[in-house]
Parts: sequence; structure tokens; C-alpha cells
Amino acid sequence: MSDAVAIEVKGLGKTYDTVTAVKDLSLSVIQGEIFGLLGPNGAGKSTTLRILITTLSPTSGTATIFGHDVVKEADTIRRLIGYVPQERAIDRFLTGREHLLLLADLYHLPKNEALTRIASLLKLVDLDEHADRVAKGYSGGMKRKLDIACGLLPNPKVLFLDEPTLGLDVQSRLNIWQYLRQLREQGMTIVMTTNYLDEADQLCDRIAIIDRGEIRAIGSPKDLKASLGGDGVWLTLGDSEPQVVETLSTALKALPFVRAIRPTPQGLDIRVDAPEKALPAILETTNRVGCRLDGIEYHRPRLDDVFVAHTGRSLTDQPPEPTT
Amino acid sequence: MNEQIQEVLALTNRWVKRLSREKFSMLFTLIQPMLFWLIFFGNLFQRAADVQVVQAPNYMSFLAAGVVVMTVLNNGLAGGVDLLFDKENGFLERLMATPIRRSSVILSRFLFVMAITAMQILVILGVAFLFGVSAETGILGIALILVIGMLFGVGLTAISMAMAFSVKSHGDFFSVLGFLSLPMIFLSSALVPLAAMPGWMKSLAFFNPMTWVIDAIRPLILTGWSEALPHVAIALVVLAVFDGLCLYGGARAFKRSVG
Repeated sequence: MSDAVAIEVKGLGKTYDTVTAVKDLSLSVIQGEIFGLLGPNGAGKSTTLRILITTLSPTSGTATIFGHDVVKEADTIRRLIGYVPQERAIDRFLTGREHLLLLADLYHLPKNEALTRIASLLKLVDLDEHADRVAKGYSGGMKRKLDIACGLLPNPKVLFLDEPTLGLDVQSRLNIWQYLRQLREQGMTIVMTTNYLDEADQLCDRIAIIDRGEIRAIGSPKDLKASLGGDGVWLTLGDSEPQVVETLSTALKALPFVRAIRPTPQGLDIRVDAPEKALPAILETTNRVGCRLDGIEYHRPRLDDVFVAHTGRSLTDQPPEPTT
Repeated sequence: MNEQIQEVLALTNRWVKRLSREKFSMLFTLIQPMLFWLIFFGNLFQRAADVQVVQAPNYMSFLAAGVVVMTVLNNGLAGGVDLLFDKENGFLERLMATPIRRSSVILSRFLFVMAITAMQILVILGVAFLFGVSAETGILGIALILVIGMLFGVGLTAISMAMAFSVKSHGDFFSVLGFLSLPMIFLSSALVPLAAMPGWMKSLAFFNPMTWVIDAIRPLILTGWSEALPHVAIALVVLAVFDGLCLYGGARAFKRSVG
């Protein structure tokens, strides 16, 4: 992977009459990476994506793709990018092949080139057998495959995907991930929105966590998790006196591999470096202090923890915010 | 320029495909106006309508021009519906992310709606012929009827597309549509000549561009060139103003919606 910058976003903002959808957003996407915009519905991911694909104008800030401004050079950008919208954007009266033929004309591909490319794309996404059926009868997975073929038709330098696996079954989902990884191998830059933590974690090279129109954190899932400071150990304590818990907390803090302790409603959240040493020591200390232990849970840092750390809530608690 | 032709043809082709896949919808689109208005309404009022009042050999021949323009009205006002659905399901966004001229989508819609309208006008005139109504001005007159009809259709389609781009939901779109179309018909010279209307309806119908269009087409069917040409000239002036306003409004709504 080269470190050339594919997309540069600076101070981007989008305000509707009264609602600020995106606020002072800055990020850069490196050529050849899969970049994820992670956030709940209404966080501003789709707005950001739409500005990048030139279908929405920002109210402030700039965005460039390979040096071209998305507002001033919109037509140039449109020749560089492919777009995979959410699955509803399929014309159910057209066949899969007709979708691709239509787009081939809109990208001004010569007829011969269009036909060969369409044939190979249909094969790639495994739709060649269904290419001449109208899309009304397609399953969710097939529609999404068709969407991806449509996005790839112009042979884009950057592929944008809006929630590429929303509502798909596990198998279709894994297939889509597989395609996207193949495309990355071929050097394509991919930008996608998602509100699935595992998708961001397993598929994306880097992610930006977006909440309420602002970026809360950017980095690789690994770095973001590491930045939380160690693995987590959660203790659920029985109805012990507050001062007993206090004593336990102080005793644990003294242990060499414990990095941080935070009280929780149920007990304690402890961050540790070396779990194989930390766990026995924590148990031993709890016993020694005389704290009743109702449960102990150990986990490696998860992206959800990153999300909670940066936004103060879990991604699964969807706030009632206006979608744009 | 070649690229734009390629875009418009591809997009128009999509509208044709969609229509051809909706067989029932196509059938009813084609037969509804002539069946309901021309055949039922025309025959129903054949004896009730006074030939002295309508100034025509019979009510059916009077009504033919009205039904032609009603068809233009219905097609035009519904012309934006498919774009409305495209906007709502995201297909429009998919199109707008491709390097096409923004106007190609609009042009394809005009082309398609006008083609369908022209075919329907011909079918209506054909059915009228079966009931003994033939255009006094012949083939040339029919060609002029098509031109006038399509000029009116352009403005109406522009209104419909402007609405499609501006409304928040398709419920709004269809309520406005339903609200507009019947008064447009009743407050025009489609069913009754202006002279036979109550005063207040007459004054409203006077400001309805549909009245002027019908008054130009009716003599092309009923009487002949000398009677028709002055009315055609007035209709062309009215249409120039009407289309100008509608296209301006439509272009603004489109710009606001898709940049």
C-alpha cells in the first residue's frame, strides 16, 4: 500500500435550514485502503458520502479526490468514482444486465468495451445466470451484488459504498467482504459507511467514528482499540460495603499490570496489560480484601468500547436523530 | 454533444422499458381518457347537449378537442411521477453520481412523455373517427394538433417535475395532482363552450391556458383553416408565455434539488 493520499477532506460542513448534519469534518483517505465511516443512523455518514460523490454541496470546507475539488470539478470526479447506493436504488422493472447497459451509456463507454466489461462483471459477482431476469425477483443479496457490479462498471479509482451489507444474510455479507478485499488487492481505494461494528473491525483498514456530525476518532481498528489502554476485566461485586470496594480498588491499583480502574454500577472496570498474570492476582486480591465476587468477565478491547469511550454511548443505542 | 445524445437515448429507453414491463398500466394509460371521456361522456351527452350551444354537428365532435387536451393535461401532470419515485428510492442519486449532463434526465422525460402523448392523441382522433368525427383540416391539421398538444405538454410536464423535485413526500405530490386536474378540466372549454358557462366560471376559464389550447384545436377538427388559424396564433402566444414560466420554475426546482 502506497501512502499517496486519495481523498482529502478539510473542515467540511453541511447545514440544512436548522439542522447541522456535518460539522467541521476533516480526514484523509490513503490510496488503496478500505476506509470506513462508522456511526449510528443520522450521524452524518451519508451526508459526508453524498458530498464526496458530488450529489450534495457542502455549506463549508473543501473535499478533493486525487486533487480534484468535488464542487468545482464535479464532472471530473464523477469520471473517477463508482457509487454503490443502498439496495432500494434498483429499478425493479429492469433486468440486471439492463442496469449495467444503462450505466455503460451514462459513462459513455464504447459498445464493445461495455459488453465485455458487463459480461465479466456479471461473472465476478456471480450474477450471470440471473442477468436477464427483472430485478423485482432478486433477493437482497443479489440486488447488492448488482449494485456492486454497477459501481465497478466505470472501472473507478475510488469506490463509494453506502451501508454495503445492511440487512444481508451472513453468507451474502461474507461474499461482499470478499469482493471488497479483492478490489483492494487490485489497488482500488474504497470508502464505505457502516453502522456495523464487526464490519468496521474486520473489513476496514482505517475508520472514522462519526457521531452527531463530528469525527470523534480516526485510526485503524487495532490502534483505536489499543488506545483504550489494555484488555478489560469486569468485576461484578456482591453487596459489599462501599469502603470495602474502595479498599479493593486501592489494592488493585498497586498491582504492577493494572493500568486503570473505573467504578461501574455493578462493580469495577479494570484495564490490564498481561491478563495471564493479572487475572489470578485480581482474584487473589478480591478474596484477601473480603469482597464478594458475583462475576468476572475478561475481554480483549472491542470496537464498541472504542465507540463508547469516544461518544459516551454504545453504537447499539440508536438516538432518535433526524436522518438526512 | 454526442455524449449527451447517448445519455438521453439510454435514459429514454429506460422509461420505454419500464412502461412495456407494466402491461396493465400501459393498457390503462392508453385507453383511459378516450374510453371514459370520449366514448362514455361523449355518447352520454350526445342528446343532452344542445347543438346550438356547442356549435357543432354533435356533442362527440365538440368533445374530441377537449379530450385531446385532457389527455395532454393528464400525461403532463403525471409526467414527473417516475422521477419522484427515482428521487425517493435513490435511483436518481445513482444517476447523478455518473458523469452525465444534469439536463439529460429531464430531457429524457420530456421526450418520453411527449412521445406517449402524441400516440394517445392519435388514438383518440382514431376512435373519434370511428364515431364519425374527422378533422376538417386533414393530415396537416392533425400534425398541428400534435404540435400544439406537445407544446402544452412541455409546460405541464415541467410543472410536474418541479413538483416531484420539491415535495417532501409522494403523498403531497398526488394530493396536489388530484386537486389540480379536475378543476383544470371543468374550468376550461373542454366540456362546454365558454359562452355557455355561468359568468364566474367563464372568467376563471378565461385565465386557464387549457381553454386557449382547446379553442385552437377545436376549429382544426370542426370547421377548417380560416376559422382555426387566428385561434392557433393566439394559442401559440399563450403557450410561449406558459411554457416559459413553467420551464423557468422547473429549472429552479431542479437546481435546488440536485445542484
